[in-house]
Amino acid sequence: MLELREITAGYGSFQALFGVSLKVDAGEAVAVIGPNGAGKTTLLRVVSKLIDASAGEVLMEGRRVNEVEPHRVIELGIAHVPENRRLFPRLTIEENLRMGAYVASARAHFAERLAYVYELFPRLAERRSQLAGTLSGGEQQMCAIARGLMSKPRLLLLDEPSAGLAPVIVQRIFDLVHRLRDEGYTVLIVEQNVQQVLKVVDRAYLLEVGRIKASGRAADLAASDDIRRAYVGL
Amino acid sequence: MQVFDIFLLEAILNGLLFGGVLALLALGLNLVFGVIDVVWICYAELMMIGMYTVYFLYTVYKLPLIVAFAGGVLVVAVLGVILHVLVIRPVLNSEPINQLLVTGGVLFFLQAAATLAFGVQFRNLGVSLPSLQLGEIFLPYSRIFAALTALVAMTLLYLFLRKTYIGTAIRAISQDRAIMPLMGVSPARIYLVTSAIGGGLAGLGACLLVLQYDVHPAIGLSFGPITFLICVLGGLGNMVGGFVAAFIFAQLISVGGFFFHIEWGYVMAFLFFVVMMFVRPQGLLAKKA
Amino acid sequence: MRAIPWLLLALLALVPWMGLGNYILHLVIMILVWSFVYTSWSLMGRFGLVSLGHGAFLGIGAYTVTMLWNHFGITPWVGMVAGVALAAVVAVLIGYPCFRFRITGHYFALVTLALSEIARLVIVALRDQTGGSLGVTPKTALAGGESYSLFALQFAQKEVWFYVMLGCWLFALWVWRRVDRSMARYAMEAISQEEDAAASVGVNVTRTKLMITVLSAAMTAFGGVLYGQYQLYVNPDTVSGIGISLQIVFAVIAGGMFVQLGPTVGAVFTLLLAEGLRVGIGHDVHGLDTFIYGALLVLFIIYMPSGILGKLSELWRRRAAAPQGAPARVRL
Repeated sequence: MLELREITAGYGSFQALFGVSLKVDAGEAVAVIGPNGAGKTTLLRVVSKLIDASAGEVLMEGRRVNEVEPHRVIELGIAHVPENRRLFPRLTIEENLRMGAYVASARAHFAERLAYVYELFPRLAERRSQLAGTLSGGEQQMCAIARGLMSKPRLLLLDEPSAGLAPVIVQRIFDLVHRLRDEGYTVLIVEQNVQQVLKVVDRAYLLEVGRIKASGRAADLAASDDIRRAYVGL
Repeated sequence: MQVFDIFLLEAILNGLLFGGVLALLALGLNLVFGVIDVVWICYAELMMIGMYTVYFLYTVYKLPLIVAFAGGVLVVAVLGVILHVLVIRPVLNSEPINQLLVTGGVLFFLQAAATLAFGVQFRNLGVSLPSLQLGEIFLPYSRIFAALTALVAMTLLYLFLRKTYIGTAIRAISQDRAIMPLMGVSPARIYLVTSAIGGGLAGLGACLLVLQYDVHPAIGLSFGPITFLICVLGGLGNMVGGFVAAFIFAQLISVGGFFFHIEWGYVMAFLFFVVMMFVRPQGLLAKKA
Repeated sequence: MRAIPWLLLALLALVPWMGLGNYILHLVIMILVWSFVYTSWSLMGRFGLVSLGHGAFLGIGAYTVTMLWNHFGITPWVGMVAGVALAAVVAVLIGYPCFRFRITGHYFALVTLALSEIARLVIVALRDQTGGSLGVTPKTALAGGESYSLFALQFAQKEVWFYVMLGCWLFALWVWRRVDRSMARYAMEAISQEEDAAASVGVNVTRTKLMITVLSAAMTAFGGVLYGQYQLYVNPDTVSGIGISLQIVFAVIAGGMFVQLGPTVGAVFTLLLAEGLRVGIGHDVHGLDTFIYGALLVLFIIYMPSGILGKLSELWRRRAAAPQGAPARVRL
């Protein structure tokens, strides 16, 4: 479904990605793991066109994404749940969700999607009129993911959803990722929490200093010596 | 002078009415600033063009007043968009002060254009409305109408911002601009819509003020600075703050002008502003740090 | 090469002797006095402290001197001290809370705008003393046919004013250079780029900003004194209010805000433009010069933010740096 070919990207004079290639097939859950500063967030931003790649191609279902304008990427079925949640703090939960359904195709099904999302996240339903800025970290993450789901995406990009959250919540987040995959969403998740994420995805890529160092089935990578050596606690 | 003077009450009531219109103007400026992060220094000049539009449509082309009003609002809304596209957009990525100065250039430009086109003489709309008499107090209907219209407009704007998708997007963009594309929202388009609304509000203000004041090229100077101060005092970008500050200023002007000469009313309002800068520099109800 | 500025200066000093007539002399004097004002403003402007309120200081200078003279017979020599001091006090009064609370950029500009409007309103409101919108003229001390009165600081002969203004202008340029070379300049640049970082290395942000502001305000007020005494007429719209404040900004931006002679070039530009229009198109076309200023200000900010001189010096430096055979030529 999604394919990145030789992506080179960076910020001004600082280059973050050097010829990165990866693939995500429909229905798969794929993780990109790696240490801080590896370029994982940059990778997702290239896919959602928050930044432009200086070289390489991004293909979504065979179509080149390079020429698409940033605000039209969502129409291709790609929803990006950004790093640090990035909810609109002074909008309510429901208004945030409404923003997730802003595109015309999603507006038509707003009520139906809202019901779906509230069923998935009952806590959000309870607090629907609460300002997003007043939510706890875990609730914010739920809301951010819910917002991403409002547009009925085919590909969901998750940027470090477990960052800064308590272990109990983290567990719930990964359970959710697993559930989403089972429901048919294609997921590309970027994570530092290697141990947990490898349990819920099919495949993974290891990104270090802007290059893919390893890739393979999640179980294989989890057992690999490289990973075990590099990441304490595995 | 007695403490409770019926004419003091009149001044207070007139102040409330005046506050309504000032609040409308402040709203337009705050909206544009909150969304686009630019101060339209030429805001009152846009309003001035609106006043001339209404004047010409009504007195020269003899169109019904309501049509002239619609024309005024429309013209300034379009002007707002033109301003954004031609003048603001090219400097959106440079320093904020450049954006301020560039609108300063437009201020000069519009004022001079009006002088060249229409001359410096004061023009009166020629619509004379009676006053509402409550005992010994006279409240001009033009002012009452203006205040009511302003309130209705502000309510409509509030509903628009709360209940529609675009309205929500307008509120959202000032909270997190960078992720708007992820929602499928083009910031550029939101800016255009906001510029149109900001211009439209100025145009509406023009309609309301042209009933009460004569129009001339420099009339922007009578309303511009005070509108900026209201917005700064209320917290630039803070619509509720601007609303409250508008009424405070209107009272200072009205009551101050009652006790002394009218200019002193304005001086008092401005001095109040300066004092508030000492006391609460970030504005009364500041939203942005 | 380095002698050129001095030669030009010598040439300038001889202008009254060139028999160019009173009109030209008047123009040059106006250019000099406004250059003085614009240069004073640019002391703040170049560091990002864009003030839209310098009209207030101009007005304070001009009106204080004229009022003290007209109502109390106090000599302008004392009056100017009073005016400059008052301007300095106002500058501190406004500047201190602004800088202390980190009010910068467009907030600062709006606050200073308020200031110039207050000044204008106060002048108009005190119409019994100041003559209101109609303006006021200092009472003449030359009624008896004398050509000058040192006590009243009035000179009938333009030549005298010319040298006074020339001297003041040179003084302003000197101050500009001193500020440019001093530690304050590095402090201000650090501040304008990154206040917190500057503060963390010990730069007293508030004090440095205040110093520059007071200096700028005091000099502008002095410019107002000069203007008033020369023109022998002041009115609130010429020396206070947002109009004049914006004009100052425009002239400096057009000329070049970051260069020593930039404001002067701006003065030459705006004055010649105004005069050219007046002569070419006639007195009746009100506002044509402002119309052009407005359009030009917009165009300058968009396309030439460093101003005429800034652009030229940029081009010159590029030329000089290019490894081409022909020697770089000075473009004036």
